[in-house]
Amino acid sequence: MKVHRRKRLGVILFVAAGLSVAVGLTLYALSQNIDLFYTPTQVAQGEVNAGQRIRIGGMVREGSVQSAADSLAVRFVATDYANDVPIYHEGILPDLFREGQGIVVEGSLDNAGVFQASRVLAKHDENYMSPEVKAALDAAGTAPESAATRPGT
Amino acid sequence: MIPELGSFSLILALCLSALLGSLPIAGAHYNNPVWISMARPLTAGVFVFLGLAISALAYAFITDDFSVSFVAQHSNTLLPMRYKFTAVWGGHEGSFLLWTFMLAGWMLSVGIFSKSMPEEFVARVLGVLGILIFGYILFMLATSNPFDRIVPLPPADGADLNSALQDIGFILHPPTLYMGYVGFSVVFAFAIAALLSGRMDAAWARWSRPWANVAWAILTVGIALGSWWAYYELGWGGWWAWDPVENPPMITWLFGTALIHSLAVTEKRGMFKSWTVLLAILAFSGSLLGTFITRSGLLTSVHAFASDPSRGFFILGILGISIGGSLLLYALRAPLMKGSFGFEYTSREFFLLVNNVILVVSAASIFLGTLFPMVYQAVTDDLISIGPPYFNTIFVPLMMLLFVFVGIGPLSRWKQTSWTYLAAQLGKVLFASLLVGLIFPLIVLSKFSVAATITLILASWIVFAIGKDISNKVANKRSTLRGLKSLSLSYYGMVLAHIGIAVMLIGAALTSFFSEERSVLLAPGESVELGGYLFTLEGSARIEGPNYIGDEAELTVVNDGKVLTVLYPQRRLYVASGTPSTEMAIDAGFFRDLFVTLGEEKGAGAWSMTLYVKPFVRWIWLGAIFMAIGGTLAAGDKRYRRLRIKAAEKSGRESKTQTAAELQPA
Repeated sequence: MKVHRRKRLGVILFVAAGLSVAVGLTLYALSQNIDLFYTPTQVAQGEVNAGQRIRIGGMVREGSVQSAADSLAVRFVATDYANDVPIYHEGILPDLFREGQGIVVEGSLDNAGVFQASRVLAKHDENYMSPEVKAALDAAGTAPESAATRPGT
Repeated sequence: MIPELGSFSLILALCLSALLGSLPIAGAHYNNPVWISMARPLTAGVFVFLGLAISALAYAFITDDFSVSFVAQHSNTLLPMRYKFTAVWGGHEGSFLLWTFMLAGWMLSVGIFSKSMPEEFVARVLGVLGILIFGYILFMLATSNPFDRIVPLPPADGADLNSALQDIGFILHPPTLYMGYVGFSVVFAFAIAALLSGRMDAAWARWSRPWANVAWAILTVGIALGSWWAYYELGWGGWWAWDPVENPPMITWLFGTALIHSLAVTEKRGMFKSWTVLLAILAFSGSLLGTFITRSGLLTSVHAFASDPSRGFFILGILGISIGGSLLLYALRAPLMKGSFGFEYTSREFFLLVNNVILVVSAASIFLGTLFPMVYQAVTDDLISIGPPYFNTIFVPLMMLLFVFVGIGPLSRWKQTSWTYLAAQLGKVLFASLLVGLIFPLIVLSKFSVAATITLILASWIVFAIGKDISNKVANKRSTLRGLKSLSLSYYGMVLAHIGIAVMLIGAALTSFFSEERSVLLAPGESVELGGYLFTLEGSARIEGPNYIGDEAELTVVNDGKVLTVLYPQRRLYVASGTPSTEMAIDAGFFRDLFVTLGEEKGAGAWSMTLYVKPFVRWIWLGAIFMAIGGTLAAGDKRYRRLRIKAAEKSGRESKTQTAAELQPA
């Protein structure tokens, strides 16, 4: 084998080795960090284990929001109008958080069946419904006629 | 009437771009000088008519013409004038028109600043861009015409611009980002023209380099502006969230960074040719992907425009044809390029190769994380999301590895560098950086963290290695000043950009590891201490703006017994759209930011709020500014200009005819 060929092979092997390590690490990181999405109905049916990091999409049930007077703790109910999940969150809620509004929460269920939300996401356009929320309502068969994703923004 | 003129201009631009996309390329192929000479005037024509179209849209906004559907959706009579004007890019249709107009602007500049290149090459470049812009304008006319009217009953008033967009960040970020994005189309066109003509040499790399550098510099600023805007507008105190729409600019930027380094090897050593071309295609694909993701509605994010399936398919078509077509051309032509392979494992070529591999792998893993939820949903019908932990796990270690090589690269030599030379050069650098990394956090912040120490060592490693390189270069000159003067502009560009990386790294590390935040409920007169600062809520008041109403709290900040500043965070309600919005109060400083987000009122004047103290956060954007200046300096190197002048002198008659061609009315 000529010298420059051997060198070229060396570089190719080096690149290939680097790439396979990178691919391996990437797939590992990916498998560790997927947040599966559930609807309130799926949660109510016990498909989710306590402690598993998930996302839930749904509407904030009207009249369910209770905020503590002396702290930032908030309790509310996320619903797909078929089943409810109680949510607990400590922190400031997004601008567009409102009763009857579609939201996505990120966190995990505790042993008492309350969802401890580490993050609450609300869309910036009140007429816009995120695919997650829409999927939850569609699955429960409770999507209002007008809830289709609408041009906006 | 004016909107119809805008529509009409778009159609004319479409016709001209159809000619531009065919005649000059055919002319270059069949060696027809007349067709070749059409490239520049046609480009000017496309630019003029797109300019007219975008002016017509701006006019419709300024005159509150709510019969135009796009204006009615994104403006309001109460909207301040500067936002009326910039609401042009406040939604999908208008921002796509801006995008297309930007491309026309780049094309015009290629037409003007290409005197040193052969005419048929310029014709091919402009032709390729002509095909691209033809696709864009066709897409606009077919699915998203910004001039569509509401007939028969236009609304009396508009729905108002999204309140989150009524901000200086919105005026600056989208145009800059688009300009950087679209700039990579130019580099792409150079690569395709090179593939078409089979001309892939050092000269080609030299022509491409300034364009790649400028596009890269502008994209850097665009991304940094977006990060800065998100930091103060979205109110969570972060500066990067791995949002699905933030990622494509990042992917493009990483490919672009790999590209400008690979171009250096192609220009200086005539190597990595086909790799460079592939990178140009990838960087361009990244920019297209960005539009695709934002405009197709496939991903949810703060940026997402509304979804419309017909648009999605059209964009997918443009994406498939341009990326697929160029990759096919690449597969056919690239094997014809003969590359040499004369370098050692410790040469600069090799270190640049390592740089490229790391950058491309990072870009690919971000790409995977961004698109994986979409693919997963298509295959299994389950919705998933991939959050920041994935991206941080992959990206941070890769960048750390890269920064080790950022230090070594400039000190190494082309072809071959001996290990002993490198060790001698880097020994002291390593020692000094270890010292800084270990001592700096203890003295300045009186805190210690392993991660912060590692990043500080890397940042000093980069800076000291550059310092060592400069002192080497200056050492055998008669005086230091003379030595510094003898270094080229592109060298200084590299120095600045690399220092920018170090500055950004310091900012990112220190904010990430030493920020403090606290969510509290404060009644008037109550105080809370955070990071050595005492925040006291003085009270709150009702406020009224031009198109919003709201509340404003007043907080005094005391540090070491003196009042440092007074902060006024706000909560606004935009009247026309009924959307609430939080306005942060920030006391910005070179070494730290104080940052207050107002939550909600909880009776008796008490407010929930989140307070942040963020050390060195400004350095993140300062680093980006350094990088951008570096990129621009490198593009202004006199070796590009000198060639231009030489070429102009050589072909004096030819350039006269060129000027005449440009002056022709389009």
